[in-house]
Amino acid sequence: MQQIENKEVPPLKAEARSLNFFYSEVQALKNINMPIYDKKVTALIGPSGCGKSTFLRSFNRMHDLYPGNRYEGEIRFFPDNTNLLSPEVDPIEVRMRVGMVFQKPNPFPKTIFENVAYGLRVRGEKNRRVLDDKVEHALKGAAIWNEVKDRLQDLAPNLSGGQQQRLCIARALATDPELLLFDEPTSALDPIATGAIEELVHELKQRVTILIVTHNMQQAARVSDYTAYMYLGEMIEFGKTDDIFIKPQDKRTEDYITGRLS
Amino acid sequence: MNESVHLSKQFDEDLTGLRTHVLEMGGLVEAQARAAIHAYASGDTAAVKDIVENDYRVNGFEKIIDEETIHVVAKRQPTASDLRLVMGITKIVTDLERIGDEAKKIAKGARRVHEHGQLTLPRATDVRHVADEAIAMLHQALDSFARLDVVKAAEVIHADTKVDTEFKALVRQLITYMMEDPRTITTAIDIVWICRSVERIGDHAKNVAEHVIYIAEGRDIRHAGKEA
Repeated sequence: MQQIENKEVPPLKAEARSLNFFYSEVQALKNINMPIYDKKVTALIGPSGCGKSTFLRSFNRMHDLYPGNRYEGEIRFFPDNTNLLSPEVDPIEVRMRVGMVFQKPNPFPKTIFENVAYGLRVRGEKNRRVLDDKVEHALKGAAIWNEVKDRLQDLAPNLSGGQQQRLCIARALATDPELLLFDEPTSALDPIATGAIEELVHELKQRVTILIVTHNMQQAARVSDYTAYMYLGEMIEFGKTDDIFIKPQDKRTEDYITGRLS
Repeated sequence: MNESVHLSKQFDEDLTGLRTHVLEMGGLVEAQARAAIHAYASGDTAAVKDIVENDYRVNGFEKIIDEETIHVVAKRQPTASDLRLVMGITKIVTDLERIGDEAKKIAKGARRVHEHGQLTLPRATDVRHVADEAIAMLHQALDSFARLDVVKAAEVIHADTKVDTEFKALVRQLITYMMEDPRTITTAIDIVWICRSVERIGDHAKNVAEHVIYIAEGRDIRHAGKEA
C-alpha cells in the first residue's frame, strides 16, 4: 500500500492494524492497515467483491452475526484505544458508538418517531421528554425534521425513498454515534435525493467521523476527504481524495478510477 | 501516460480526437511561425497576407478543441491522468493560439520593415538564428506532448534561457544602431517587436512543455525557478 505524504495529519478516530478477515475458509481482507481520521469523511472505493463492504462491516462487528467468520488483527478506536474486534468488547456497545446506514433504506414498519427512538429504547431510555428531544435532534441532524415534524406518528415506510434514507440516518444518529458507516447510501436514490444525502454527509462531519462505501466514483470525489482504493481484499492505496483523483500513485488505482481495463 | 484502453471505447476515441486536434493545431502554428520568420529573413512579403489570413484557422482550432474539452468533461468526468490530459490540453491550446498571434505579428512586422524600412539589415540572420531556436523549442514541445516524454519537455524548458539571452543581445545591438543613427529608429523598433515575438514564442513553447510534465507526472513545475 502506498501512503501519500501528508503534512498535517488530523487526529485518528480509528485505525485498522494488520486486519485480516475470513468468511470461514475464504480470506476477504488481507492485512489491512488504514487510518480513519476524526471528523473526516473517508471513502472506500473498488470493484465489486474487493472487500470494501466487508471492511466497513468489521467496524460495527456485523460479521459476528454469522458463525464461521473470523477476524485477525485489530481495529483501534480512539480516544480510548479500544480494540473494537476484541472478544471482550460487547458488539452491542460497539454498535452504539458506530452507527450504520445501508444501501436500501430499511425503516422499521413503525412510525417515524418510533424508528428514531428505537435505539434509545433498546438502550433503556424511557423518559418521554428525553426521547422527544433526542428524536427531534436526530431528525434535524438528518435534515428531515421540517418534512416530518407534523407527521411523526405516520408509518415510516410511507415516506419517499430519499426521506426513508434520511430517516435511517436520523435513526443512526439518535444514539450519538462517534463513527457512521454508510454502505452505498445513495445507490437506490434519484439524483436529487442523492444530492440531499451528500449535502447531509458534508454537514454531519462537523460532529461525527464518516466511512462511506460507494460505487459512484464521482460521489467519492465529491463527499470525501480521504479515499482508499481496495482490490481483491487488499488496500492498494490510501490518500487525500484530491491526490487520489488527480494523481494516484498506483497504476491499479489509476486504471480503476479512470475506467480502464487493466 | 496510461496507455491501457478504457472500458468505454467512445471515451478513448474522444481523447484520441482531442490529442490529434492539438497536434494538428500545433503543426499549423509551427508552420505559421516558420513562414513568418522566412518572410522577415528573406524579404518575401507576398507570404504575409496568407499568414495573416491563416490565423483564423488557428483560432478555429482553439474554439473546436475547447468545445471538445467541455464535452469530455461534461460527459465523462475524467479523473487522474485523463483529467490532467484534458486540463493540460486547455492550457496548451491557449499557448498555441498565442504563438499563432505572435507569428501574425512577426509577419506584419516583416512587411513594414521590408516595405518602408530605413535600414539595411545585417542582423536579419541573427533574428533568424534565435527564431529557429524558438521554433525548434515549439517543435520539440509538441513532440513531447505527442509522446508525453518528460525528458524532451525538460530540454525545452532549459532551452528557453538561451532564447531569452539572445533576445536581450539583439535588443542591445539594435539600441546601438538607434543611437548611432536616429533615422533607423522606426525600423529598429519594428525589429525589436519581431524579436520580442520570437522570444514570446519561446516562452509559450516552454509553457507547453510545462503542461506536458503536468499531464505526464502531475507535477506543477510552473514558476519553480531552475529546479525543473
